[in-house]
Amino acid sequence: MRTVRFAALVLAALSLAATPARAQKIQINGAGATFPYPIYSKWFSEYNKLHPDVEINYQSIGSGGGIRQLTNQTVFFGATDGPMTEEQLQAAPGRILHFPTVLGGDVPVYNIPGVDAELKFTGKVLADIFLGKIAKWNDAAITSLNPGVKLPGLDITVCHRSDGSGTTYIWVDFLSKVSQEWKQKAGVATSVNWPVGIGGKGNEGVAGLVKQTPGSIGYVELVYALQNKIEYGSVQDMAGEFLRCSVDSVTAAAAAAAKVMPKDFRVSITNAPGKGVYPISSFTWLLLYESPKDKQRAKIVADFMKWALTDGQKYAKDLGYAPLPESVVALEMEALKRIKI
Amino acid sequence: MTKTSSSRRSADDRLFRLGTGFFALLVVLLVAGIFYELFNHSRLSIAKFGFHFWRTTTWDPVAGQFGALPFIWGTLYSSFLALLISTPIALGIAIFLSELAPRALRTPLAFLTELLAAIPSIVYGLWGIFVLVPMVRQLEVHTPGWLKKIPLFSGPPLGVGMLSAGLILAVMVIPFTSSVAREVLRAVPSTQREAAYALGATRWEAIQAALRFGRTGIMGAIILGLGRAIGETMAVTMVIGNNPKISVSLYAAQHTMAAAIANEFTEADTDLYLSALIEIGLVLFVITLIVNALSRLLIWSVSREITAKARKPTVAETLPEPAA
Repeated sequence: MRTVRFAALVLAALSLAATPARAQKIQINGAGATFPYPIYSKWFSEYNKLHPDVEINYQSIGSGGGIRQLTNQTVFFGATDGPMTEEQLQAAPGRILHFPTVLGGDVPVYNIPGVDAELKFTGKVLADIFLGKIAKWNDAAITSLNPGVKLPGLDITVCHRSDGSGTTYIWVDFLSKVSQEWKQKAGVATSVNWPVGIGGKGNEGVAGLVKQTPGSIGYVELVYALQNKIEYGSVQDMAGEFLRCSVDSVTAAAAAAAKVMPKDFRVSITNAPGKGVYPISSFTWLLLYESPKDKQRAKIVADFMKWALTDGQKYAKDLGYAPLPESVVALEMEALKRIKI
Repeated sequence: MTKTSSSRRSADDRLFRLGTGFFALLVVLLVAGIFYELFNHSRLSIAKFGFHFWRTTTWDPVAGQFGALPFIWGTLYSSFLALLISTPIALGIAIFLSELAPRALRTPLAFLTELLAAIPSIVYGLWGIFVLVPMVRQLEVHTPGWLKKIPLFSGPPLGVGMLSAGLILAVMVIPFTSSVAREVLRAVPSTQREAAYALGATRWEAIQAALRFGRTGIMGAIILGLGRAIGETMAVTMVIGNNPKISVSLYAAQHTMAAAIANEFTEADTDLYLSALIEIGLVLFVITLIVNALSRLLIWSVSREITAKARKPTVAETLPEPAA
């Protein structure tokens, strides 16, 4: 009994002693998209090495949750894979700014027994497959794009994400740009009413379904395909060339979009014009209030953003993300000045 | 016994009763609290869709149209399918372990079945994806054409779908049902069996007598399994195909309520969407309540039958009735 009491006393004393030391450490909380979580946590830990007194915590609870928590001001910053809607911006208690941090792309993956070749797709064909209008692999629309590949008369099974996801957002955003019918029937969101197909949870869920279902097609994040060495098809860009998704061709999409970048960075860069520009690409955004109440934290976050947009970009490629092009970084550095600190 | 000690005892008793009563009340408050919260947060969706939410089939987050019927259907279908598969197996295990197994085998076998309950559902899900689904797909591929004409077996051979979900749920439910049923059978007084043997019953007839004696408990065991099946999320979402379309086919990809919530909650970006998802939670809550209430009624009606018979207890009545 005595030892227990003694231990409790010691613990209490220790915690008291530890409090002032911990108070000097500044904690900043953020929440949002799951897609950029690996690079964000890398950034936060690297930034913490440079500034040991700053600790940034990030909860990857999803874009929707991040926007909600930012609106309720329970976190200091949010993160999202799809830009906030006008409605959502209106609902927030203050003006919210978007800052692109890195880029990602979606790639089509498929499983056709006996076919090892890298298939070529156009946006229109992908849209028709996902609408259920092209139902067999030997459909003329597919075979005419892939001369020399012997495609079987197998039924196509469409695999999509069952969970709401930024990956889905990019994919359907692209499909609605290339197909009016997709735009009307399904539309653009982090989860949609899929006309056909089966759903898997997460990139790994979709990849698993595709791997196991003969005749299936799905889409996964480029990061995921690269890390797991999954073969994927190429997609026709706006210049008419068939392009395999890579970190460079995704960055090129952002560079192409930089010329017409709106001031608030809320831009979709799927199907961006130009040569060597991968059409199914997107930014992921960090969300900040324009005039935050907590000036001390605002200063730190602004400094962190400057670091992430410059030095921090070098970590992107290793983790499978496409770094921002110089032109976009320059625009963002300018925009960071708008934060009232 | 002195007066003081007896009054102190009654005070202790009262305190004890108050204490336990408080804990019991806590459960009621918790359930009421959950109901209130679910209702409160789904108001937006209730106001917009009303009863249509229960009977429409469109789930379109983009258009803001939400109907939960495919999810309700999928949950009930998969749960009852699981029950259909698991009940005979679980009862077989229970009977074998309590009545027939050699004593040396009982403990290890019981331990192993109960171990099944300790496996995390995500592990079941992974096993489902990599082992069960390919097996089910082979089964579907080799389904003869005449059988595929029946709606129950129609559709392309995807592997994922209702059959896989029902099978995986059955495996998850078996340890619950079998271990409770085994306890019930062990609690049947040995006089029951001895009396049956004395009347010249065979071993099978004696077991039947024990089953009849413990049928309320066994029913309870089955319902416990049902509860587990209705709420199961991860393992189901990994093998069911997550397609909110109603189908009677065992081969079709479908969806369940719990899976929908788990899948879509994080990215539900509009208030109405979130509210609709919480209303699915409310619907799940209400349906669980209804299913439990119905099963309770079933148990009551059976146990009343037993007590009615118990007024004139004769061993002969616990024996199976002669085949009609």
